[in-house]
Amino acid sequence: MMMNGGVLTVAYLVAGVLFIRSLGGLSKQETARQGNLSGIVGMAIAVMVTAAGWASHPGRDLASDLEAIGLLGAALVVGGAIGAVLARRVEMTGMPELVAVLHSFVGLAAVLVGFASYLSPSAAAMHPGVERTVHLVEIGVGVAVGALTFTGSIIAWAKLRGSLSGRPLLLPGRHVLNAILASSTLALCAPIVLATGTAGLPHLIAIAVLAGILGIHLVMAIGGADMPVVVSLLNSYSGWAAAAAGFVLANDLLIVTGALVGSSGAILSIIMCRAMNRSITNVIFGGFGTADAKGPAVAAPAGEVIEMSQTDVAAMLRESKSVVIVPGYGMAVARAQASVHELTRVLRERGTTVRFAIHPVAGRLPGHMNVLLAEAGVPYDIVLEMEEINHDFQTTDAVLVIGANDIVNPGALDDPNSPIYGMPVLEVWKAKTTVVLKRGMAAGYAGVENPLFHLANTRMLFGDAKKSMDGLVAALRT
Amino acid sequence: MRLGVPKEIYAGERRVAATPESVKKLRAMGLDVAIERGAGTASGYTDEAYEASGAVLVDTAAVWAEADILIKVRPPSHAEIANIKEGALLVSLLQPERDEALPVLLSKRRASAIALERIPRVTRAQKMDVLSSMANLAGYRAVLEAAHHYQGFFGPQVTAAGTMPPARVLVIGAGVAGLAAVAAARSLGAEVRAFDTRKATKEQVESLGATFLTVEIEEEGEGGGGYAKEMSPAFIEAEMALFRAQAAEVDIIVTTALVPGRKAPTLVKEEAVTKMKRGSVIVDLAAEQGGNCELCVPGEIVVRHGVTIVGVTDLASRMGASASRLFANNVVHLLAEIVDGAKLHIDLEDDVVRPALVTHAGEILPRSAPKPVAPPPRPSTRPRSAPAPEAKPAQKHIRSPTRRAWGTTVGGMAVIVALFFAGRFAPSDLLQHSTVFILACFVGWQVIWSVTASLHTPLMSVTNAISGIIIIGGMLQVSSTLDAASVLGALAALFAAINISGGFLVTERMLKMFRREPGAGSGSGSATQSKGHGR
Repeated sequence: MMMNGGVLTVAYLVAGVLFIRSLGGLSKQETARQGNLSGIVGMAIAVMVTAAGWASHPGRDLASDLEAIGLLGAALVVGGAIGAVLARRVEMTGMPELVAVLHSFVGLAAVLVGFASYLSPSAAAMHPGVERTVHLVEIGVGVAVGALTFTGSIIAWAKLRGSLSGRPLLLPGRHVLNAILASSTLALCAPIVLATGTAGLPHLIAIAVLAGILGIHLVMAIGGADMPVVVSLLNSYSGWAAAAAGFVLANDLLIVTGALVGSSGAILSIIMCRAMNRSITNVIFGGFGTADAKGPAVAAPAGEVIEMSQTDVAAMLRESKSVVIVPGYGMAVARAQASVHELTRVLRERGTTVRFAIHPVAGRLPGHMNVLLAEAGVPYDIVLEMEEINHDFQTTDAVLVIGANDIVNPGALDDPNSPIYGMPVLEVWKAKTTVVLKRGMAAGYAGVENPLFHLANTRMLFGDAKKSMDGLVAALRT
Repeated sequence: MRLGVPKEIYAGERRVAATPESVKKLRAMGLDVAIERGAGTASGYTDEAYEASGAVLVDTAAVWAEADILIKVRPPSHAEIANIKEGALLVSLLQPERDEALPVLLSKRRASAIALERIPRVTRAQKMDVLSSMANLAGYRAVLEAAHHYQGFFGPQVTAAGTMPPARVLVIGAGVAGLAAVAAARSLGAEVRAFDTRKATKEQVESLGATFLTVEIEEEGEGGGGYAKEMSPAFIEAEMALFRAQAAEVDIIVTTALVPGRKAPTLVKEEAVTKMKRGSVIVDLAAEQGGNCELCVPGEIVVRHGVTIVGVTDLASRMGASASRLFANNVVHLLAEIVDGAKLHIDLEDDVVRPALVTHAGEILPRSAPKPVAPPPRPSTRPRSAPAPEAKPAQKHIRSPTRRAWGTTVGGMAVIVALFFAGRFAPSDLLQHSTVFILACFVGWQVIWSVTASLHTPLMSVTNAISGIIIIGGMLQVSSTLDAASVLGALAALFAAINISGGFLVTERMLKMFRREPGAGSGSGSATQSKGHGR
């Protein structure tokens, strides 16, 4: 098959449009699956056209290139199969880890593409001049962004799995360290430009290593509660890495797609930051929840923690007309979503209005709770966002807070000393009764005392969330 | 150690200090529980039920003589005290200011006595607060008594035979009992107004859907411990005027005004009663302390000027079953503080137990000076608590809007100038790519903002898949010569392929799970299907 530049450009244009449609389609539940399909078609077109273009490259003799074809084919098949297995195997509670690890692959691929194009004969043959300089700087930047994404995502993945502690690692003088790492990474582009041929390879490797260390250090310094921001930020980085590779290869489709993904991740990060009322710089460089963050220690809240037994909670739910469930990371940890759905069903069969209130940063991934509830079979139209439901708590009889803490902390609204002061929270205390399901009295990820637990209309139901849920279902059935 | 529960002998008293349910909790503390035969009968708790929960049934003499701890509702009679075991602990309502002989008799028996009504109203002691529990019941019951004597509907009625307006109810005093009365009257459909000298109660009254009445004079009536203090004469005059005016309008008045340790203030004078419509009802919850209504006869129901005035003093007892349950739970919570490993442990330093302790080890303890207590715990009727809405801080603006606008303008100018320079010196290729890049950023920016929060995770996984487009970068590096570049390119393609298939497939899997409200019939089937898929 013969491919000329025009066909290639048009095909790339079509793929680009399909990607935009794909992201647009995901904005609504109704069009989401169509959007995903657009993405798949776009990707298929892009890959096939590239393959066809590669095959019809002038001077390519397919018969003698069997090894190259085999190599490429094997890479695609093996990679595709690994991805399919990962996608099939992953538990919905493990989504954050999967997303993080996929980010790291994009970063790694960008690094490899950068090195490959540096080592490719065509680049080495370039004559010194502006174009060569630009090309080499592009390679340097591409490798740096890729390496940063790669190591950052690996650290995020380890933190999400719990292999690494969620506590932020705060080295002294960490801002200076970051600045030194970033500037020396950029500075290393100079020797590469000055070197002839591929003699700058050690410097390129140094760029990768330094950017990798920067990625590790940046993510290590971010606390577990900020993981949703980190994951979406890395999503953004992976896009920029792809765009950088596009510049290196002078490939517009890569640039367009990378930019789309990059800005998408950036917006998600901004949404997450707004949900916590913090600036993005504060999240990245803040070292949140540490001693130097805010002034005096928050005084222990007055009032007593009142426990309630499972049977009493069940009795109260039986009497309630309107119930709101606030899930948090604890629900994911206890894998209680199916039991929560069961409780929802039992209550709704009794004629009780049950709704879910989702805080934007609940869980460890943007939209994490929605996915878990959807997995359990909870219809998405009773799953509401914070703005939609915050006004309704006044008329709610009972609120069940399942493994959530900071997102229902009244201190965020009325205690200027609280480290999370100003963060919008779900105002569950306005309901008649709030029952908090918790394993124990530990503070949330932000390490902040929660005065909610001490309010007169709050009751605690201690224990494993799944067991408590199952117990409530059983009690309600009798 | 043995705990005894005598039968109440006060005339008309139905309550009992332990229920079968509380017996179980007491036994779990390691106490042996002895119940006097028939103690719970009046409240509907049978002897069999007590036995079933592990109590021993005994007669009157044994319950008094053998128990190390006695729990009771009403203050004991002198005869009962004479039978008490030496050194035992008595937990009960005591009201020693009414009967000064009680502490003397108790100290002679070397008994320790905890007066439940003296438990301070601090937050820690909320769960032991018998007065609040009983006031809650009394307030509720007061409205039902009023409804019983009132000859009209409480809620408005629109019928073919005519339209009835709602009853108008005035509640004086918005403490625990007052708020319970407001809530009960509201839920019967009445139009409710409430008055209290303490401004803090306004929000609570209004939260229950009633109107809060005020007088023109500014004076704060917060007297500590959940009670109001006595007000100045000018204020009282204004108050009286308000009640006179209200009396002409309302059908029901519930008065709940008590000042601790004193005779109840007279708030509804005869003059006001004469202004009320015939058939109206006054329920005086302060009857036991002399009554808030001038014409109230404690313990009786009388009709004066065509108005029924209910002065019964056993409102809580009329709800024997519920009252006993709450009372018993309060007592269990108190005992949990002083019974430790089946041993009595009375801490004279404890700021909840000490004020309530009237006698201890043969001595009459002086009444401890009332500590300044925090404002009352939110009444248990319907706790509306925590930050008032106006306490909500505005979201902190990271930058002010004007500064932000300036920042954008200046930044934009800088970018344009930079682009001009780039345009002058950079190769045209780079410029063309930059154009594409910047436009794509804007497109992405516009498209993503509309994504609903619930789809953020699928969005991330789909962008993950799409960023696998870097695969074509890898593919383009593979050349026929199988050099280092080719191998690296193939590796890049491998990783990108993982991303593409993984990202798209997992997105598809997730999106399949998002379902709308299932239609009737088909719901359960698809639910199990999608659950099975998730495993």
